[in-house]
Amino acid sequence: MTAVLSDEGTGTPPVLPDSRRAGRSRRPRPARSRVGLLPYLLLVPALAALGAGLGYPLVRLVVMSTQEFGLRQQFGAPAPYVGLDNFAEIFGDPYFWDVLRRSLIFCAVNVALTLGLGTLVALLLSRLGTAMRTGVSVALLFAWATPALTATIVWQWIFDARYGVVNWLLTRLGGDFEGHSWLSQPLSFFFVGTLIVVWMGVPFVAFTLYAGMTQIPGEVMEAAAIDGAGAWARFRDVTWPALKPIFIVLAALSTVWDLRVFTQIFVLQQAGGINRETNTLGVYAYRTSAGDDFGLGAAIALVMVGITLLATLFHLRQMFRQEEV
Amino acid sequence: MYRRRWPLNLVAVAVMVIVAFPVYWMLVTSFRPNSQIRTAPRFLPVGTLDNYRAVFERDHFWSSFANSLQVTLLTVVFALFTAFLAAVAVSRFRFRGRLAFLVVVLLVQMVPAEALMISVVKVLEGWNLRNSIAGLTITYVAFVLPFTVWTLRGFVAGVPRELEEAAMMDGSSRLRAFFTVTFPLVAPGLVATGIFAFIQAWNEFTFALVIMDRPERETLPVWLQAFNFGARGTDWGGVMAGSTLITVPVIIFFLLVHRRVAAGMTAGAVKG
Repeated sequence: MTAVLSDEGTGTPPVLPDSRRAGRSRRPRPARSRVGLLPYLLLVPALAALGAGLGYPLVRLVVMSTQEFGLRQQFGAPAPYVGLDNFAEIFGDPYFWDVLRRSLIFCAVNVALTLGLGTLVALLLSRLGTAMRTGVSVALLFAWATPALTATIVWQWIFDARYGVVNWLLTRLGGDFEGHSWLSQPLSFFFVGTLIVVWMGVPFVAFTLYAGMTQIPGEVMEAAAIDGAGAWARFRDVTWPALKPIFIVLAALSTVWDLRVFTQIFVLQQAGGINRETNTLGVYAYRTSAGDDFGLGAAIALVMVGITLLATLFHLRQMFRQEEV
Repeated sequence: MYRRRWPLNLVAVAVMVIVAFPVYWMLVTSFRPNSQIRTAPRFLPVGTLDNYRAVFERDHFWSSFANSLQVTLLTVVFALFTAFLAAVAVSRFRFRGRLAFLVVVLLVQMVPAEALMISVVKVLEGWNLRNSIAGLTITYVAFVLPFTVWTLRGFVAGVPRELEEAAMMDGSSRLRAFFTVTFPLVAPGLVATGIFAFIQAWNEFTFALVIMDRPERETLPVWLQAFNFGARGTDWGGVMAGSTLITVPVIIFFLLVHRRVAAGMTAGAVKG
């Protein structure tokens, strides 16, 4: 906890390129000679687990996306190969494009809000006294640690139509929110969804950026201040350039995470009862399969994997630029 | 440098209240009788344990608890064991394929679990492992493994080889040197990583939802959502008590380890 709470940031600073390089150059390189089979044997259990739990299902997903796999196949009929028909079908379905657009917009809004608010909270942390900073950090850790499922259920309760505290408060403030159902309109449905995703996402961004800020030498900031740089100029010319690599990593990660949001949407749908107007990619793939069309569901899921892969490749390129693995 | 602190402190208090409110509200509601929940909200805690008593007596709570505990502990043990071996391989040896392995580890942890829900079920059905602890454990191990390998790699690399070599000079075998010198120094890292794997497996909802689809095979999160869905907003006291029981151990564990694993998170960890 001290990394979060102390000024020096004694914990491992996440992805600060220079400090890592410095640490690494002092370490001798492991010997290349006479390693033999040992390292490969050590990797066998990990590779077996990854292959069984992840690799093989991924292969099956690809295969299934090229098959007709419906109710009959569920009961044992052979699944005929249909080439790219499943993809042709989803790409020809206007509803798929609705879902895709909705997912991308939802993702973009959540990433922007998470990063924006996360930056503000990080700046706040860096300016607070120790006691206040501890308080804010603990609150953030609560939000960060709460499992996605229970977080969603608690927010569902906060926005409950009949007894929820939000409707109670808004009614007291003079609004007409008695029995108002937030989850039965797509827009307010996604408002609640965004609130949950951002609430859960901000702490990680804030702590990571704050840890990065503590690595910026105080003298640099003071020198800038003495030279007459205002708060905004100091952020733009000192803090921002130093944090940019971290920021890019956080943006890539948040994109990957917010694109695949499932639990929050699924649980809110079960609470609010509207699916068609609120499906995002993950939930749509699941519901298509649950509606006994596994071939189509697999094709939709693969589109999701594809988009994620793009964001990941971008992220990996950054990682390997910053760190010698 | 900062003349007036109070406006900033005011903002800080506001942030604190807003961010912590949902967790506070979950706790407060869980200790309140449903008859009171249906009147205006009251913000101060009043105590009744009725909701918890009702949760303990609900169908399938204890079987779900047992399932969750088994899957989680098995996942932690298997993930730590396999990841530790892999971490030693990549941080103590240079060999052909090492970089490829690391790239694979980084790549696969980005594969969205949500996309694999469908095919994982089919694969496990084929192995007769649907609705089984073993099937769910295999899936969880694969999904926490990349993060575990990546984090442990950092911990193992943090122990200087010279220490081991010194022990070998004194006559220890390589294996003995490793277990008497390096292993104890890596142990805190193993604990932290293990706790993190515990949190991931304990929280997991989506795979459990599709793999464990019989009531007596449910894990706690699936049980809770079934309870929440079935109650249709009529038993918030009970649902919040259930949520609290799942969340509180996670928060405690998380407070213990979050700092040690923060760097691994940035490398692209499993989130939640």
